[in-house]
Amino acid sequence: MSAGSAATEPRAAAELAARTSYGRLLAYLAREWRDVAAAEDALAEAFAQALAAWPGAGVPDHPEAWLLTVARRGLMRAGRRARTAERLRPVAELLDEERGAAEPSGSIPDERLRLMFVCAHPAIDEAARTPLMLQTVLGLDAARIASAFLVAPTAMGQRLVRAKTKIRDAGIAFRIPEPEDLPERLDAVLQAIYAAFGTGWDAITGTDTARADLAGEAIWLARVLVSLMPDEPEASGLLALMLHAEARREARVADGSFVPLGQQDVGLWRHDMTAEAEMHLRRAASAARPGRFQIEAAIQSVHAERARTGRTNWPAIAGLYDLLVTLAPTAGARVARAAAIGEARGPAAGLAALEAADAPDNYQPYWAVRAHLLSGSGDLQAAREAYERAAGLTADQRVRAFLLARRDRT
Amino acid sequence: MQYMLVFSEGQDAFDRRNDPEKAGPYWGAWTAYARAVAEAGIVVSGAGLQPPATATHVTVRDGKRHVQDGPFADAKEHLGGFFVIDVPDLDAALEWAARSPAASYGRVEVRPTLPPPPMPA
Repeated sequence: MSAGSAATEPRAAAELAARTSYGRLLAYLAREWRDVAAAEDALAEAFAQALAAWPGAGVPDHPEAWLLTVARRGLMRAGRRARTAERLRPVAELLDEERGAAEPSGSIPDERLRLMFVCAHPAIDEAARTPLMLQTVLGLDAARIASAFLVAPTAMGQRLVRAKTKIRDAGIAFRIPEPEDLPERLDAVLQAIYAAFGTGWDAITGTDTARADLAGEAIWLARVLVSLMPDEPEASGLLALMLHAEARREARVADGSFVPLGQQDVGLWRHDMTAEAEMHLRRAASAARPGRFQIEAAIQSVHAERARTGRTNWPAIAGLYDLLVTLAPTAGARVARAAAIGEARGPAAGLAALEAADAPDNYQPYWAVRAHLLSGSGDLQAAREAYERAAGLTADQRVRAFLLARRDRT
Repeated sequence: MQYMLVFSEGQDAFDRRNDPEKAGPYWGAWTAYARAVAEAGIVVSGAGLQPPATATHVTVRDGKRHVQDGPFADAKEHLGGFFVIDVPDLDAALEWAARSPAASYGRVEVRPTLPPPPMPA
């Protein structure tokens, strides 16, 4: 980390250190002390002390090492107060073992991957995994996480506290899973990252209603994961998928109105992000171990080709969805497959696939796709009703206005 | 569990109800939402309310009744309507609250209801 060199302003230096190294420091302390909550408290206190001390004394040469030392001192004091001698014995051994390696060079071992596996451990409540990862690895505050997941802040706070208590009391180990467990455990990590990005991504209408407003953070997490596990094709696949979707952010709204994917101005797509996505997807494909996220990224890659060819290859997309639903039979994938079949083989085939998709009640993408297919098949009255139902189920006012306008034109 | 979704709207929203250019989208959004809630089979009760200017409020103090025009608070936002819905938990209630048009331009308060009082035998 070169946070010290650029930092003339102490507050800016502390903030830069917080942004770039919070997760690294927390992961290291949490592993050392086997207590995420205590490590968070100590690190928060260390940052507060930095803000108080650095303006007078100047920014230290190694801000991370400074913060680590102060946080450790805090943990020692708290540990003495709590008289947790038994718990500290293995910690003391770990300290002896790792201190030598960590401090002279000023570089702190990167334990964030272990922390991610802890956050997405099967013993942790599934609803807490993504929030826990966002809070510990990226340092996001609980109130913002709660809002993004549409959960009351107090409930989210309790969920996070429970999860951290479980990690400590159940003795969940900070380690990379054994090879035989790795695929399943890695999938939980990937799912947790993708949940931060938003789950309602729908290729045909683009009604990403469940988008959780944390897209940038999710991409950051995926970049960290890819840097730590460069040989895992699904990690690269997930990053490629999210970059493809993010590349279209600007094109999704024009004059304050929602624009579906098929009508987006390709000139507004971020071609640098698309190119980066393609690079990750190619690297993933070279491992010849296909998976859910690589296929979803490949679907987005076909959509992206429209910028070059001027048309969308729907048969290719439908074929990829066939493959996707065998690997990851989620409602979202089945509904999106029906939409793709509707484009590739006509509305009747799409409707048949949609009815077979077994979508949950009140599932907004089902109604949006149904409306689109019904209007294509000429059943206009039913299409209007479905457009209205889809409008009533979205939480995005631009999507709502778009769907009601479609209804009025149908 | 039953929750009340209380929709608060600013005066500009009440004005939109009768604006020839804006009434269509306003009522279209609410109608679509109300139908979706109804189709979901979760409605216990609900209603939209006439604008705050139609309100009258009553107090009784020391046996004397006072009746006054208008809503009782000079708030920026006023009650525009409500639903009582029956859903499994708060997360589900919040999801329905977020889908309401008021969530995008006003605000929605979500509160669990009290159980009904015991009936005399």
